[in-house]
Amino acid sequence: MSTLAIEARERITLRHGSGGRAMRALIEDVFLQRVEANASPQDVGPEAMDDGAALWIGDRWIVVTTDSHVVHPVFFPGGDIGRLSICGTVNDLAMMGATEVLGLTCGVILEEGFLREDLERIQASMAEACREAGARIVTGDTKVMGRGEIDGIVLNTAGVAATGRVVRDCGLSVGDRIIVTGAVGDHGLAILAARHGLKLEGDLASDVAPINGLVRAALSAGGDGVIAMKDPTRGGLSSALHEMAQKSGVGIVLEEVAVPVHEPVRAAADLLGIDPLHVANEGKAVIGVRADAADAVLEALRAHPLGREAAIVARCIAERPGNVILDTGFGKRLLSEPEGELLPRIC
Amino acid sequence: MCLGVPGRVVSVREGFAEVDFWGVRREVCLDIVDEPVAPGDYILNHVGFAIRRIPAEDIAQTLALYETLLAEAPSNDLMVADVRGEISATGKR
Amino acid sequence: MIEEPRAEVALRQLKFRDPDTARRLVRTLERVTKEIGRSPVSVMHVCGSHEQAISKFGLRATFPKDLNVIMGPGCPVCITDMPEVDEGVALARQGCVIASYGDMLRVRGTALSLNDAQAEGATVEVVYSATQAVELAREMPDREVVFFATGFETTAVATAAIVRSELPKNFSVLSAHKYIPPAMEIVAEMPETRVEGFLAAGHAATITGWGIFEPFVERHRIPVVVAGFEPLDILAGLARLVELVRDETPTVVNMFPRCVTKEGNLRAQEELWSVFRPIGGRWRGIAHVPKGNLRLRDEWAHVDARRRFTIDLAALWDGVPPALAADCVCGDIMSGISTPTDCKLFGRECVPDAPVGACMVSSEGACRIWHQYGGHPNLEAL
Repeated sequence: MSTLAIEARERITLRHGSGGRAMRALIEDVFLQRVEANASPQDVGPEAMDDGAALWIGDRWIVVTTDSHVVHPVFFPGGDIGRLSICGTVNDLAMMGATEVLGLTCGVILEEGFLREDLERIQASMAEACREAGARIVTGDTKVMGRGEIDGIVLNTAGVAATGRVVRDCGLSVGDRIIVTGAVGDHGLAILAARHGLKLEGDLASDVAPINGLVRAALSAGGDGVIAMKDPTRGGLSSALHEMAQKSGVGIVLEEVAVPVHEPVRAAADLLGIDPLHVANEGKAVIGVRADAADAVLEALRAHPLGREAAIVARCIAERPGNVILDTGFGKRLLSEPEGELLPRIC
Repeated sequence: MCLGVPGRVVSVREGFAEVDFWGVRREVCLDIVDEPVAPGDYILNHVGFAIRRIPAEDIAQTLALYETLLAEAPSNDLMVADVRGEISATGKR
Repeated sequence: MIEEPRAEVALRQLKFRDPDTARRLVRTLERVTKEIGRSPVSVMHVCGSHEQAISKFGLRATFPKDLNVIMGPGCPVCITDMPEVDEGVALARQGCVIASYGDMLRVRGTALSLNDAQAEGATVEVVYSATQAVELAREMPDREVVFFATGFETTAVATAAIVRSELPKNFSVLSAHKYIPPAMEIVAEMPETRVEGFLAAGHAATITGWGIFEPFVERHRIPVVVAGFEPLDILAGLARLVELVRDETPTVVNMFPRCVTKEGNLRAQEELWSVFRPIGGRWRGIAHVPKGNLRLRDEWAHVDARRRFTIDLAALWDGVPPALAADCVCGDIMSGISTPTDCKLFGRECVPDAPVGACMVSSEGACRIWHQYGGHPNLEAL
């Protein structure tokens, strides 16, 4: 590669795909500029940048979502790209309040030379995740590209579900509580440790799991008291809370001590200089509830195998709308939004 | 400027120690620690190297420093009494 | 008391995170600051990890109003100068594999950062440890692997250890290491500095020992307290420092005995000075710091990337926007003389995604915090 002059035109970087501010700005500036209005006014379209879209058809909502998966490594402690692709879409539908999946699609793009046995292993874990979620893959597409034109495998899944009531990620108001359905940071740190060859031994495993059953329990216990839900995937709990606060126009005070974090995740995060609140989760939900419904929803969550460690972690306030204030137990600070890819730090 | 994290040595082999950081374990290089390290010792890790063996009694000594800080406060200060009680409780354990 | 299930020692370590003791130390800090009777009383810490801990635990909100705790030039990410980043970027674009700590990838040189070079097709690998960089070279025998070695003396010692070990032929080191004591001299000698005491970094002092600060205290007649990085370490360190300011006793006090001794880690020092020599150099946003940079000695020329490669910086510098650095006042901010809003680049040409000065580069830098949160927000009431 000879020494090139500086490229004047702007290029896409990894930062634009990491779930933080840069990604949201790219979507708004490029994809949402020339979007036609929604079919009917109460539809939830792309401009809402919610976990999915909701279209009013006949007497109920049809919820649609799509997600692409390019995780490296493809197989990781606690799961693989196959399980991740099913759970990601099932969970996005659940975040919209649609917990009964009508059907999933699966688009696979493979690199020439990809091992067939790996593909079979990925398909098996997709089938397993479908069984857990009570969902079916109803159609799909397969493409193969030349060696080096793509890196191993890319999976895209779309999901369709119906629901009588859509839950947005922007319905919070002052006094509401925020529940996280379990410990944070498991997925992101399991991937980080595997990817950067950090040779960390310990119980660092992804939490990837379908949580539509868990969300169904929360909705039946809380009813209309459940007013907002968000999937804390890339950018972790911090990104999810910032987006909910900004869209709802409230401030959020987060009690750091109340946020459950597994010991290995806390130890690895300390070692690598990373904040678990910024780390991705693939089997958790952030649920905004009216204060009077909080205990009932919490109890229902903790009765479910995937919600044993659920906890009330935050409350909504009028001051500092759009910001998340972290109470560390020693003092308060504004929680930062994660920027770009999470990397181990030395300083 | 330097993220240092304490850990407990689990085992030692030539030049390296297996260290437990209360939840994850990692191998740490012993090339630059200035004292012999044995299982059960505590070390300070920075970028995968042990840069200090932390004697357990030094941890207690740091607590005693707080005592001097609080001792100089006028004794009628309620706070002083609470903290003294707490520090002595630590000593007893 | 945080009631997480922790091992016995962790519980004792927790003593350094016990919120009740912290609240009591804050009261001591307030009392002694009032007893000084001047406002503001400015003290400085010279360590990114101190700022990281202060921010992580939300301690700044607990400091007395009249106590100004300034973040000095102590974060290797932000003070690594543009030409040093340019050298790493140029080597990456010349086809070398650059191994670097994660902190450095976003830092922009004159035109590009290592992230930008990676987006153009260069190979940049994040490592957690110097030994990992060497393993990388063994795994890629047909590529030249250059370890972009950054950080202060604590991190430089790890680089020294691997330089003295047996290395594959395709491995070399591009040293951008720094040495902190000379920078403290620079800040203390600035006539307009109002710093009345220094909080010295515990982990760097673990290597150098606290004895190294005695001549400094003799010359500048201001106290130095060596402190650790847990909330209680920082609060106790500041309380002790403010006492010394009140009593006007310029001396060195070690509040981190579990890690720091007077002479320090002699073995590490021997390794450090056998591999590196201190030379003068510009620190980004501050000034020329005599003996502030660490470069490989001549006997290690065979692993020195600067001598193994001709680094083509010219290609980077043509077509580069006019140097904004001249208008940057980070040096004054880090010396406690100015605040971010005194800089005309702040929030305009200099923003988190395109940082000009050191204080905007670091996620804990004064400008980054002021840009994101608008000064130091008062949150206690919420």
